[in-house]
Amino acid sequence: MAKFDNNDDSVVVIIGSGAGGGTLANELCQKGIKVVVLEAGAMQSSATFINDEWKSFSQLAWLDPRTTSGSWRIAKDFAGLPAWICKTVGGTTTHWAGASLRLQEHEFRVRTTYGEIAGANLMDWPVTLKELEPYYARAEDKMGVTRTHGIPGLPGNNNFKVMHAGATRLGYQEVHTGNMAINSQPRDGRTRCMQLGFCFQGCKSGAKWSTLYTELPKAEKTGNMDLRPESHVSRIEHDDKGKVTGVVYFDKDGQEQRQKARIVCVAGNSIETPRLLLLSASNLFKDGLANGSGQVGRNYMRHMTGSVYGMFKQPVHMYRGTTMAGIIRDEARHDTRRGFAGGYEMETLALGIPFMAAFLNPGGWGSEFAEYMDNYTRLAGMWLVGEDMPRETNRVTLNTDVKDKWGNAVPNVHFDDHPNDIAMREHAFRQGQRVYEAAGAIKSFRTPPYPSTHNLGTCRMGASASDSVCNAHGQTHDIANLFISDGSQFTTGGAENPTLTIVTLAIRQADYIAGQMAARSI
Amino acid sequence: MRFIRIESQAPDTAAAASCNEGSGQVPKLDLPLARREFLKGSGILMGTIAATSVLATLAPSPVWALELSNLSKAEGQTLMAMGRVLYPHKKLPDAVYALLAKDLDGKADAIGMLRDGIAALDQAAGGRFSKASAAKKLSVVKAIEGTPFFNTVRGQCVTSLYDNDMAYAVFGYPGSAWEKGGYITRGFQDLKWLPAPPATASPPPFFG
Repeated sequence: MAKFDNNDDSVVVIIGSGAGGGTLANELCQKGIKVVVLEAGAMQSSATFINDEWKSFSQLAWLDPRTTSGSWRIAKDFAGLPAWICKTVGGTTTHWAGASLRLQEHEFRVRTTYGEIAGANLMDWPVTLKELEPYYARAEDKMGVTRTHGIPGLPGNNNFKVMHAGATRLGYQEVHTGNMAINSQPRDGRTRCMQLGFCFQGCKSGAKWSTLYTELPKAEKTGNMDLRPESHVSRIEHDDKGKVTGVVYFDKDGQEQRQKARIVCVAGNSIETPRLLLLSASNLFKDGLANGSGQVGRNYMRHMTGSVYGMFKQPVHMYRGTTMAGIIRDEARHDTRRGFAGGYEMETLALGIPFMAAFLNPGGWGSEFAEYMDNYTRLAGMWLVGEDMPRETNRVTLNTDVKDKWGNAVPNVHFDDHPNDIAMREHAFRQGQRVYEAAGAIKSFRTPPYPSTHNLGTCRMGASASDSVCNAHGQTHDIANLFISDGSQFTTGGAENPTLTIVTLAIRQADYIAGQMAARSI
Repeated sequence: MRFIRIESQAPDTAAAASCNEGSGQVPKLDLPLARREFLKGSGILMGTIAATSVLATLAPSPVWALELSNLSKAEGQTLMAMGRVLYPHKKLPDAVYALLAKDLDGKADAIGMLRDGIAALDQAAGGRFSKASAAKKLSVVKAIEGTPFFNTVRGQCVTSLYDNDMAYAVFGYPGSAWEKGGYITRGFQDLKWLPAPPATASPPPFFG
């Protein structure tokens, strides 16, 4: 591992090592650019991952204090846990299920396609699908996405068999084992999937793509990366001219450190990224860094989500095999005849007994709850994930009443479902239940949203500095050497799981940064 | 997942030696937790696991005992009974509900609130909550839904009742799969009661 001096102001500092930060680090290192990666979490490995839901949660999840407000049910069920994302080297790519779908063409220009929707802050992306296609292809190759680049699909498990039977009986056309960044056969020095059933707990076989054991080791090999785990960044600093100069962070011993930088890229996920910009407020930038538009922290999206569990007479054993084992894509289209704008995906999902107890119906109790648990081996499960409406009032702010262990204000996450989100969820619940009925379910259950795993939009990209935080390359409008490198950039959310697009944007951003550095523009 | 420690039913050696004539005397059980000299707390919850339970094969002994540090035995039993009202699982043995009482007993800051809540339950049930009819218990618990006491007990149930080896066994969840090589050769697609998807939707697994 390279070791760069804290006063070396020629390095690119990347905050976060997940899908955005980890990918960007490797891409820059491959181009010969020196990178310091500051990761708040500790180093784990496939060997230390745990096939145990609660123990793994303690090992990987971001559990620093956070607060919630708004009418979303999460604020009641999980008041201190708005998001289920990770604090570990590799970030949430340790926890993600692997679904790797491109956004659809129209989802990059929703303001044009959907028109104005009251209470929604819709805007077209400053980039099109066509521009992103070559980068999507590179991302899919890098991640080994099934059904791309000649990579076969994964074998479907029992949970998928139930979904497939119900879906095809309903007349759904596009039903298969998905586009997954999980090896269906050995590839890129990693084994094929063992169907462990613990995708969310860190993949112990390494078949699922994670920056932890792909991008980061590759970056390390170049000799251009200095990865510092357990380094919590608390502030980004700048000079009189308004250029960022470095970051202040607390190392694993709690010692305050200052790392100088030529460029700072923030990839802390959509809650910590805006929080850090807001915490870095100064005399020059009174509302926080890169916040001339006032949009930092706003337009927080978390996808329309929900789950359906169907109960059958015969065994399913949904916990066997990949968590997200298959998909129905027919509802992902934009078709307002359904009573809402945008679309949603239906993807299998399985939880173990401990997390079923926690998430089936948070706060729920009594005989119906017990019946679902009693019939655990006869349940099939699916997750519903669709485009939610960006709203200026759904936002991450600093809660100055609550401090983290370093004395900094914690983020508050405020969210109110838009009527479009509610209409879409109702439709998705109904269709999910119909799928299971068609497969012969005795009954089915509507599970409310889990703490958010898809956190998006809080530093959105846009064509104009007046209503967005960064440009089409994630470069902030206000500060040329400050970049947003994670899902915070998303202008709108699309219906698809966001990781592939985050990786795609990171690859593209690396090309841009390298070009700008070579041209000495930054 | 936690393992519930079930004490082994090793008979007291002296007692065992003296009753080898089949006198009918029940040998004293060597239960370390139940030995009086070890008891510092105020309550002990004990019970047996039915021989017909799937757990009988899991446990080295059908006898279990849990010691409480703060709450009395009667208070512990009230919490166990409330746990059964909240999450009524016929197949889940009392040993698991005792774990709920044990975990709540460990919440030093909440003992006062728990005691008051337990007393209120008993009072509402007209004596001992744990001895009341099922319908009475349910109505008493329904009446306190949303109170801090209710929320504390219900919240604790989520981990106490469902994150242990007995719950795994009862509900048919095998837990960790890594040591067993996952499910790639152990039935991840063994469902036969629905038509198999075509290979285009679900290609065969790769075996080299």
